[in-house]
Amino acid sequence: MAKVKEVFMKGVFCVCACFSVFAVALICVFLFANGLPAMREIGLWDFLSGKSWSPSSGVYGILPMILASIYVTAGAILIGVPTGILSAVFLVCFCPKWLYRILKPCVDLLAGIPSIVYGFFGLNVIVPAIRNIFGVSGSSMLAASLILGIMILPTITGVSESAIRAVPQSYYEGSLALGATHERSVFFSVVPAAKSGITAGVVLGVGRAIGETMAIVMVEGNQPIMPSGLLDGLRTMTANIMIEMGYATDLHRGALVATGVVLFVFIMAINLLVSLIKRKGGAGK
Amino acid sequence: MNRTGNENNAELRSIRRLRRQAVFIRAVVFTAITLSVLALGFIVVYVLIRGIPNITPDLFAFEYTSENCSLLPALINTVTMTFMSLLIAVPLGVFSAIFLVEYSKRGSRLIGLIRSMTETLSGIPSIIYGLFGYLVFSVALGWGFSMLAGAITLSIMILPVIIRTTEEALKSIPDSYREGSFAVGAGKVRTVFKVILPSAVPGILAGIVLATGRIVGETAALVFTAGTVAQVPDSVMQSGRTLSIHMYALWSEGLNTDKAYATAVILLVIVVGLNALSAFIAKKMMKGHI
Repeated sequence: MAKVKEVFMKGVFCVCACFSVFAVALICVFLFANGLPAMREIGLWDFLSGKSWSPSSGVYGILPMILASIYVTAGAILIGVPTGILSAVFLVCFCPKWLYRILKPCVDLLAGIPSIVYGFFGLNVIVPAIRNIFGVSGSSMLAASLILGIMILPTITGVSESAIRAVPQSYYEGSLALGATHERSVFFSVVPAAKSGITAGVVLGVGRAIGETMAIVMVEGNQPIMPSGLLDGLRTMTANIMIEMGYATDLHRGALVATGVVLFVFIMAINLLVSLIKRKGGAGK
Repeated sequence: MNRTGNENNAELRSIRRLRRQAVFIRAVVFTAITLSVLALGFIVVYVLIRGIPNITPDLFAFEYTSENCSLLPALINTVTMTFMSLLIAVPLGVFSAIFLVEYSKRGSRLIGLIRSMTETLSGIPSIIYGLFGYLVFSVALGWGFSMLAGAITLSIMILPVIIRTTEEALKSIPDSYREGSFAVGAGKVRTVFKVILPSAVPGILAGIVLATGRIVGETAALVFTAGTVAQVPDSVMQSGRTLSIHMYALWSEGLNTDKAYATAVILLVIVVGLNALSAFIAKKMMKGHI
């Protein structure tokens, strides 16, 4: 009797654990089953490289959105990554203990601010600021990149910090013993040793940025046109789904799901990259 | 003192150069941390300053009307949504973690697959979850926009959080607990439920609180699953908006910036409070075990 119970419960645990696998499979199946037919109907190449998106006249090209996602993410990385990594260096190597006790929880808590709050802040502060400074509408690539850059800061800082902390103290001490200053030891011996961990953090940030919706849908203008400049509006893949899914039907809906499929493929590629970097870093140690 | 003046000068120059470099590095690092703190601090302070004066009693009126965009229905829906999602995700997640930690054999293919799929789930952006939930529950199953569709979508989304934190909690329990339990004749299932799980409760709780923060702050996954109706629904098969969606809806309807600020404050306080609580529980747990 006891044996039966043991085996039964092990089965229950196993089934629950397999649910994750099942969920990923289900997500793939539903996305692809709904997206691929639309892609076929539109034509894969026309869909991916079409420069114009106009559901009312049956033209579905998502190149503008793909480029927009890449540009906005690149902008966010440009803003968030150097600041985030250097902040992590400060927290580990330059921060007095009392200050660390204040700053660390703050950074952690900020990582939890809902993206809609970031978006709302961007809409009411950054967009008007850009409008006043440059005399344009304000909803722009710059605004989206800025808000996204700030948003991924805590992630980058957190991951980089643990990567830098994982470097053995002997690296730092060895460098000091050779006569290097504290600053030189940190930047030329400790930080390079944390390279793979920091890279994983950066790629994680890229994934977060490219998949973000709410924070940027409010500040980027959402025109489905080829991105033309830092101060012009654009529409990312995520925003495309968010804005039009509510009223789309038939092929239009299929095209939106197909946009999701493209986004999903991007994310999967990034995830793969993260695990490759992690594995390589792990093997190095 | 048998050095020549030239050597002395060269040494001095190189020392000066090193000092300049050190000062420069310091300056760069200080600038970075100042920028980070200022940017993030500014957001929080600005939202608080703009929002707090707008928190008025009529914001908590029981009925939502277009003149008085009360957030109380959204708040109630948020609580309901949280409970429903947790009800699904917590047993699933905890059991998964038990399987991964207590029943795993080293190098098992299945365990590896489950781990990597859990990691995959945690990397999927919320808009994809929303799209998936919409296609499966709202369209394929014909539920339309409903709380249940939203809750199931969210429960899949928070599953990785629950699994990861529970795993950490289970791993932190010393093996002597398990051995002691086996030694007095308990079976594996009994050990898990009577010895291991009770000791892991704080860790699991920290994970649940963290997941609650995610649920409360989520928008993109809910707009097309739970929908945006601003009332407390009569059943789980009806649509209802949570606080985050309330904010989104206020924006997309283009009305009431003040109310949106007030909502932002409440959202901020809940989410940051939950994260702080989670960190606090986790810290307590660390102290208890070491």
